[in-house]
Amino acid sequence: MMVLISSHLEEMTAMILFGIGFTMLLLHKNLIKKILGMNIMDTAVYLFLTAKGYIYGRMVPILTNGITDASAYTNPIPDGLVLTGIVVSVSSTALMLALTIRLYIRYRTLDIDKIVMEWRKEEELP
Amino acid sequence: MSFIVNFPFFSIILAMFSGIISSALNGKWAKRICILMLGIVLGLSACVLYYTVETGTQFTYMMGHFPAPWGNEIRAGVLEGFMATFFTLIMILSVLSGLGRIFSDVEPTKVNLFFVLVDMMMSSLLAMIYTNDLFTGYVFVEINTIATCGMIMIRQNGHGILAAIRYFVMSQIGSGLFLIGISLLYDITGQLLMVPAREEVEHIISTGAYMTPFLLVIGLISIGLGIKSGLYPFHSWIPDTYGYATPAASAILSSLVSKGYIILLIKIFYRVIGFKNLFQTHILDILFVFGIIAMIMGSIDAIRQRDARRMIACSSVAQIGYIYMGIGLGTEAGMVASLFHILTHAATKAMLFLSVASLYEAVEGKTDYDSLRGVGYRNKLAGFTFLVGSLSMVGFPMLSGFVSKAFFASAALESSTKMYFTWAALVISTTLNATYFLRMVVNIYALPQEGESVRGHYFLEERSPYTKTNGFVSIALIGLNLFLGMFSNHVVDLLMKGLSMF
Repeated sequence: MMVLISSHLEEMTAMILFGIGFTMLLLHKNLIKKILGMNIMDTAVYLFLTAKGYIYGRMVPILTNGITDASAYTNPIPDGLVLTGIVVSVSSTALMLALTIRLYIRYRTLDIDKIVMEWRKEEELP
Repeated sequence: MSFIVNFPFFSIILAMFSGIISSALNGKWAKRICILMLGIVLGLSACVLYYTVETGTQFTYMMGHFPAPWGNEIRAGVLEGFMATFFTLIMILSVLSGLGRIFSDVEPTKVNLFFVLVDMMMSSLLAMIYTNDLFTGYVFVEINTIATCGMIMIRQNGHGILAAIRYFVMSQIGSGLFLIGISLLYDITGQLLMVPAREEVEHIISTGAYMTPFLLVIGLISIGLGIKSGLYPFHSWIPDTYGYATPAASAILSSLVSKGYIILLIKIFYRVIGFKNLFQTHILDILFVFGIIAMIMGSIDAIRQRDARRMIACSSVAQIGYIYMGIGLGTEAGMVASLFHILTHAATKAMLFLSVASLYEAVEGKTDYDSLRGVGYRNKLAGFTFLVGSLSMVGFPMLSGFVSKAFFASAALESSTKMYFTWAALVISTTLNATYFLRMVVNIYALPQEGESVRGHYFLEERSPYTKTNGFVSIALIGLNLFLGMFSNHVVDLLMKGLSMF
């Protein structure tokens, strides 16, 4: 068991972080904390991909010292996926922050339950 | 002939570039470019469909200069061509009929942004349909989410923004699960393209190694995309989002966006996981159970609504349930029924949302049940469209809803354990559907009450300026519905052919 844990430390950390982020995004009332949760969740996936993509003893996939043997380098695709994922996550964070600012200006609170209650009140008025 | 191979790529990139160009133009030009683009994409998709049906082949299109296991690919077969054509058609009709409302609902300086969102959504939908690469699928799922979010909040009021944020949170949860699912799959197979990944999956199954991660992958991908398409326990955002957006956006959201995710899910099921392997894992049974609960609970929610648009939105939850139930049956026939229901629902829901928007205009924007009394006489065309749409959803013969229900019922025959549940759910859900849709139909064709002016009940003093294009679109959608209902055998032939190519 200990061997399994120590040999898969990054993956386990990634899964625990994913769980934390997921729970925060789903259950937290505060919108800013929801956004934090979303970022932790995404980062956990990048950690997982990077950890899985790295092979000990190999170099980054940039031609070094004229070595052309592919087995000396790691696969660049997982890193590429992480970069793409970061771009996606940045844009969705930006969108969510913009929405949060709009809601805060209108309702003066970040608590989503309170916002929903205010909204229900507005709904009942004609 | 071989030139047609480029068309899927052209249509995706055309939609994307028209979005980029429109962001620098004013509303009028953005509208023209958007409609022109949709027209061209419709033509291109129809060519792809014609080509794949005529030659009976599928083709993959290499993106960039790296061949199969490394590069990125687009794949088109009969099913992809057909879905792309159909989705573009519904998109054109929704945009055309909501045009007037778009210009009145959205701030004048931001009208072009609405069309940018439509362009982006079209490009992401096409990419989700055509892609042969899992990670490209994920990226376009996210683009679609952001475009959807923009469409929900483009009416700048508190409701829209709150609905958008609730949608976005749910959607991000779905994307997160989908992304980790893909990462795990990439981890155990080492492939992102669907065809090589499929070979690796067969290898995994035959050796029996990594079975637990594999099961987890299927679960995560199904639940992730299920959440994004609004499957039952995760549907809380649907009534708000569809209920408050501008009519064109509601029609697009309910008939296309959630369906795009389902198409991607079906594609992953067939082309990566393999339907036989999937059947052994019992994930399908979970989808089946959620689907059945959705069919009943969605309809019960809809009965409780007083606002017609929220009622139609809740009915969408039930219809998504039908689709997942069909997938959950785990048979070829069930899958065909689900695909047919995707078409039915897209055609019918667009019709219902658009006609309800026109009905609201005839009662000066009031939305509750009582104000809509007798409005079917005042705006006859919208009333008739609503009538046809309701009958189709309830399952009136000759209309598409009837055919898809018949397909579901006969598909259930092949599965002895799920048969009775399916039939019971179909009966209950149809009864509930009939309750709320026909109640609304009776309400909009109610006779004048005592003390009410008869002329005011039957005729509208001023015609709203938006009913002009609405006529053409209504007739087109009714025609589409009748076509799906009466010539269902041709459509099903195409779907079967498409599925067999997967």
